[in-house]
Amino acid sequence: MSRQTSMEPPVNTVGQDTVSVQAVRRQRLEGPVSGWNRMRRRLGTLGLVCVGVLAVVVLTTIFAPLIAPYDPYAGSVVDRHLPPSPEHWFGTDQSGRDIFSRIIWGARTSLIGPTVVVLVAAAAAVTLALTAVWFGGRVDAFIGRILDILFAFPNMLLAILAVAIFGPSLLTASIALAIGFTPYSARVIRSVALRERNLPYVASAQLQGISGFLITVRHILPNVRTQIFTGMTINFGYAMIDLAALSFLGLGVQPPTPDWGLMVSNGQASLLQGYWEQSVFAGLAIVITVAALGYVGEQLGGRRAAGRTR
Amino acid sequence: MLNVEGLTLAVTDPDTGQETEILRGNSFSLGQGEALGLVGESGSGKSMTLKCILGIEPPGSKVGGSIELGGTDLLAASGEQLRKVRANELALIAQNPHGALNPVLHVERFLIEGMADARGIPKAEAKARAAGLLRQVGITDTERVLRSYPHQLSGGLLQRVVIAGAISGEPRLLLADEPTTALDVTTQAEVVAILDEKRREHGLSMIFVSHDLDLAAAICDRLAVMKDGAILEIGTPEEIRDRPKTDYTRALMAARPLLHPEGRAPVLPNGTETDV
Amino acid sequence: MLYVLKRIIALALVLLVSSFIVFSGMYLAPGSPEQFLVQGRTVTPEVLEVIRAQYGLDDPFLVRYWNWLVDVLHGDFGRSLVTQQDVSTLVESRLPTTLFLATYAAILIVFAGVGLGVLAATRSGAFEKIVVFGSNLGFAVPTFFAALVLMAVFGSNLGWFPVSGSGEGFTDRIWHLTLPAIALAFPAIAVVARITRTAVREEQGSEHVVMAIARGVPKRIVLGRHTLRNSMLPVTTVLGTNIAGLLASAFVIEYAFTLDGIGSLLVNSVQKKDFAVVQAIALIMVLAFGLINLIVDLLYAVIDPRVRLAREVSA
Repeated sequence: MSRQTSMEPPVNTVGQDTVSVQAVRRQRLEGPVSGWNRMRRRLGTLGLVCVGVLAVVVLTTIFAPLIAPYDPYAGSVVDRHLPPSPEHWFGTDQSGRDIFSRIIWGARTSLIGPTVVVLVAAAAAVTLALTAVWFGGRVDAFIGRILDILFAFPNMLLAILAVAIFGPSLLTASIALAIGFTPYSARVIRSVALRERNLPYVASAQLQGISGFLITVRHILPNVRTQIFTGMTINFGYAMIDLAALSFLGLGVQPPTPDWGLMVSNGQASLLQGYWEQSVFAGLAIVITVAALGYVGEQLGGRRAAGRTR
Repeated sequence: MLNVEGLTLAVTDPDTGQETEILRGNSFSLGQGEALGLVGESGSGKSMTLKCILGIEPPGSKVGGSIELGGTDLLAASGEQLRKVRANELALIAQNPHGALNPVLHVERFLIEGMADARGIPKAEAKARAAGLLRQVGITDTERVLRSYPHQLSGGLLQRVVIAGAISGEPRLLLADEPTTALDVTTQAEVVAILDEKRREHGLSMIFVSHDLDLAAAICDRLAVMKDGAILEIGTPEEIRDRPKTDYTRALMAARPLLHPEGRAPVLPNGTETDV
Repeated sequence: MLYVLKRIIALALVLLVSSFIVFSGMYLAPGSPEQFLVQGRTVTPEVLEVIRAQYGLDDPFLVRYWNWLVDVLHGDFGRSLVTQQDVSTLVESRLPTTLFLATYAAILIVFAGVGLGVLAATRSGAFEKIVVFGSNLGFAVPTFFAALVLMAVFGSNLGWFPVSGSGEGFTDRIWHLTLPAIALAFPAIAVVARITRTAVREEQGSEHVVMAIARGVPKRIVLGRHTLRNSMLPVTTVLGTNIAGLLASAFVIEYAFTLDGIGSLLVNSVQKKDFAVVQAIALIMVLAFGLINLIVDLLYAVIDPRVRLAREVSA
């Protein structure tokens, strides 16, 4: 007689006993793992594919002029709404411009905005969090209140308000979004940094007369690296979607600049007439990039990701 | 009453597809009212043996051999049969009482559930019996405890609640999985004493899993020494102590900390003395 | 109770500061406030006078803010800078569409998100893999893209649903707002489904669930009382943030489907530089956002005794 539990419905996680046995065995078999190998294992096959996709996107932005077969701005009405063909892989839009070339050039504007967002947000979050942690007390409380106020505004609303005040532009929208993203990362970084701050070695470094700034930069900062990078990966995807939405609303990137969000919007009328190419290819470019980033971020940083307010 | 023959357990790692043998064909049996101690280091397969008996082995594992309880082959039993066996004949006392109770439900619900939902006793009757069960395990302020959430109670107190839940099912066999390991030292003795007392009072059989050889020896009729998924030897505590058959058992005996040369007086059954 | 009171006071304070930010934001704009409010439109001196009076431009700054705040608290958001309509009336007429849309989407998120997650966790195999893959891809779909695809497929091609307008009366509204609500809910459904599946899976392996099985509690009860009930704790938080986030993403959908909600009004007002309307809608959104988050927090305390008791102690 024997009983076989199928792989799928788990009754229990593997008991503590087995886990330790397996871990020990695995380590004995494979020896210590290098950083790169550990990262590869964490990513898995799909994760590596995603990294590949992201690499292609980044290379595209750099070499856009070399890759794009046509001028993204030039087109003749004669060539409007051509279906995909060997000459025009993704077809042409309502002005006869090559959609493939516009997607390639559009990668630039579509990536620059989110890059600004994550860099500004990370810098602001790290500064606020580490200042709060180092000084503690009233400074910590004050920074906490600032973050509370920022939490009160949905990110997209902040961006819209900024555009309403300063006029539509990618930079305005990006900085406003960055401010909106700051409290989320700041809160995570603060909690990790606080744990580090309370370790005995920090106190002993202080006794030796090392300045707070140096201790923070040399010891505390390296310990919140993971949180910073995970936050940046996750924010990048959301920033990309939010900025694309602003461009869609006509409040971000302005035509005729090629931009994925703007292209989805520009293709709306054509799409409803049956010319799906522009909106669909531009939309897929966003989906694939964001999904790849999200997956990589999740594999590398744990599944803290998703539950985030836009 | 319980007959385990050639019990094997193999777990497949879902990531690598690699199969690991966790139990390697173990056999032992247990008579009515007898207590068997399973001792060994962590990872030796003690807890897994209990899980196999209960049918709660990890997903993706293969159990072989046979487990017979009062004439029923547990490995061949259907889901509903197995559930009835769990409800009426077996009772698990887990290592960590704070994990064993649902954190968002009152202690009372835990006790009622074991009687009403698992065994079909009318809810009103189960509710009426709850306080009495707690008194049986030496809890006096039953009202407060029943209305508490698990996180409001200490580990020792909560483990008594679990023991109360276990005896409420009038089982034949208690399966105690390191029931004191997660408790602080001062309450360990109390909990073991209560467990031992209740077991004798109700004439239950017990498998007592522990890494603590002395503790197991103190309350069990026989001991089984496990290592790497295999039972090395089975014998009375005296046999194991005086005539260990394997080097491993000898080493295990030698490795005991001798902090209390007089033995664990408070937990000893029937006031017998053991010279450790 | 004390905790609830504390939270309400905190929310009121945050709203006060937010109102100051929303009010003073326009003074950050380049040029004089007058120029900013008029934005190059040709206006008669009388209209300019009305604007000056509405914003109290002749008063000191803090007096201006105070007067504005008092008006706002009385529900008076002034007049539109473009059409001279009363802003409160305008916003009020647009609110039902947005509330209907957001509620519709929230219901979809709760049922589809939680439902798919639970089904994936309890009914493994191909279905689970599809849900996991779909949710990994789905969260990356921008709402406006989902909107266009739905419009093209179910609106233009199949003709099942209208592609614009919000409809009259309940059933007509449902019919008009189905595609917008699905588009709005889509990424959130993916996120919620994923978190729910993970939460249920983790709960399935938790000690107390295994204990319940080992005690012979029937499967159905273990699933309902222990596995699902407890896995809803993390899910509640995610549902809350996603439903609160609906308000802000609703304006993209309203714009795409040309619905007459406050979201499209906000976008149009930004495009037309009608700052009076923008301010009003921004304040309403911050209020709604804060309220939803508060409700979720309180709800969380209701369903998790550990949180509730800890808060009672700290309050």
